[in-house]
Amino acid sequence: MRSEKSNRAPLSLKIAAAAGLAFMHLPILLIFLYAFTTEEKSYQFPPPGLTTQWFGVAWDRPDVWAALALSVKVASIATATALVLGTLCAAAISQTRFFGRETISLLVILPIALPGIITGIALRSAFSMADIPFSFWTIVLGHATFCIVVVYNNAVARFRRISGSLIEASMDLGADGFQTFRYVILPNIGTALLAGGMLAFALSFDEVIVTTFTAGQQSTLPIWMLEELIRPRQRPVTNVVAMIVVVVTFLPILGAYYLTRDGDQIAGASK
Amino acid sequence: MTVIAESIILPERRGTAGRLSDFFWRHPHVLLAVLLGPPLLWLGIVYLGSLFALLLQSFFSIDDFSGLINYEFTLATYRQLLSETNLDIIIRTVTMAAVVTLVSALIAFPIAYYAARYARGKWKVLFYLGVMLPLWSSYLVKIYAWKLVLAKEGIVTWFFEKLNLLWLLDAWLALPVVGGNSLSVSYTGTFVVFVYVWMPFMILPIQAALERVPSNLIEASSDLGGTPAQTFRYVLFPLALPGIVAGSIFTFSLTLGDYIIPQIIGSSRLFIGQAVYAQQGTAGNIPLAAAFTVVPIVIMGLYLWMAKRMGAFDAL
Repeated sequence: MRSEKSNRAPLSLKIAAAAGLAFMHLPILLIFLYAFTTEEKSYQFPPPGLTTQWFGVAWDRPDVWAALALSVKVASIATATALVLGTLCAAAISQTRFFGRETISLLVILPIALPGIITGIALRSAFSMADIPFSFWTIVLGHATFCIVVVYNNAVARFRRISGSLIEASMDLGADGFQTFRYVILPNIGTALLAGGMLAFALSFDEVIVTTFTAGQQSTLPIWMLEELIRPRQRPVTNVVAMIVVVVTFLPILGAYYLTRDGDQIAGASK
Repeated sequence: MTVIAESIILPERRGTAGRLSDFFWRHPHVLLAVLLGPPLLWLGIVYLGSLFALLLQSFFSIDDFSGLINYEFTLATYRQLLSETNLDIIIRTVTMAAVVTLVSALIAFPIAYYAARYARGKWKVLFYLGVMLPLWSSYLVKIYAWKLVLAKEGIVTWFFEKLNLLWLLDAWLALPVVGGNSLSVSYTGTFVVFVYVWMPFMILPIQAALERVPSNLIEASSDLGGTPAQTFRYVLFPLALPGIVAGSIFTFSLTLGDYIIPQIIGSSRLFIGQAVYAQQGTAGNIPLAAAFTVVPIVIMGLYLWMAKRMGAFDAL
């Protein structure tokens, strides 16, 4: 190791890094301030006064609750589907070698590598060609498609760390394939699946681009937000909802981080 | 002898589960098919199926009089795509994506560099979460936050006013191209929000690439007389480049396809995403919308191919 000097960051680097982090966080903090403003008609800064009355107003709005309930339902079912499909795919890719492996991992990543609008419009035109009416299930279909990759990434990273000898030992001791899965593999990949599931939930809960194409008249919470952004009706209520969304999305991210922090690859490192 | 043989070759398992398990063990290809079947069917039918159906439609055209789709193979839609207004949209979007990517790299690099080289222990966790939380927080909320920031009565105007620099802001807004009536309806606003929303995707790949640079390489460079600037230019930067390219895949692709940010914060001039949205929605011209989506697919295909050659995928 060299002298102390090389271990201290130059001042310019410190300033640049701190400024970058501030740039990333200040706008989000501003949302917290605006949730308490007394100003109704504009985005005036600094707020003329502070109040908590908008929390009550937002609480009494049935459209917010309906959108929230739909979002939670869609995210739950999409996450469950993605957990099953993503785990199956990860198991096949990591435990076996076969022709076309690379192609399959590319196929899994494609729904988030291509811009969301392409996935959205492709699904929409496919639904209209097949005469499938827009419903709750068309939203879920779209969400599950891009949630698979999040679960897959987490599961594949964990599968790589399970040594094959564990599975062989279980088989040698007389367990059948299902018992090996239940008592050896599942406890090993459990936290990775939970983390992947949380991230998939967060991704689905927040998704708007694909949803605008696959939802009919129903609005999920992001769609509700988008409508408020384009045609504001009651700005303070939007402020409150935005703040609550920030708080709610932080929880699964922190949870996923704590579940996988000891691993070689931490969940969510790539969205 | 027979006793030993019997205990080595186990009897068949009983029950459906047992028999199934034995069957899979003897036929690993069947097991593979069972594992891969459901996800491949899902992605193959739902995703690739719709994608191909969409691309196919770009070879159809729309009848100008009836407004119905004419199901005959034609390149007319692509000719329409290359008209002057549409080319204008494509060039505008690609330029924006390129500038956003460059500036994102400039902002992300110091953060990633500090986190990779200097942050230890508690600070490392803090940096990590400090990047993760904005990265994962709601896309619309982030845009909404900027609507608050950039509004005419908002914090930016207030800040310039307090510093008595309002003339500077007005002078900037009076400029052609980047200016406008207020920040929230100008290219400057669109650009800042694009950078804000997509820049976090850049940090973690760069950080991963920098963490893999062995510190003795840096020491060797300075032992051989390299100044810090030379070490950066000839040692660190080339080794970090795959990480930057990996991160740029996200910023570039996401900017290319976005239609919500320019719709909410920006001028009335369209980006590719908005054009696709307008063509499939109000105009009802699915073939042209499909042809428009081919543009980002082709550009991203080229981009990914280039990135792969530069080794960016190992940095992901």
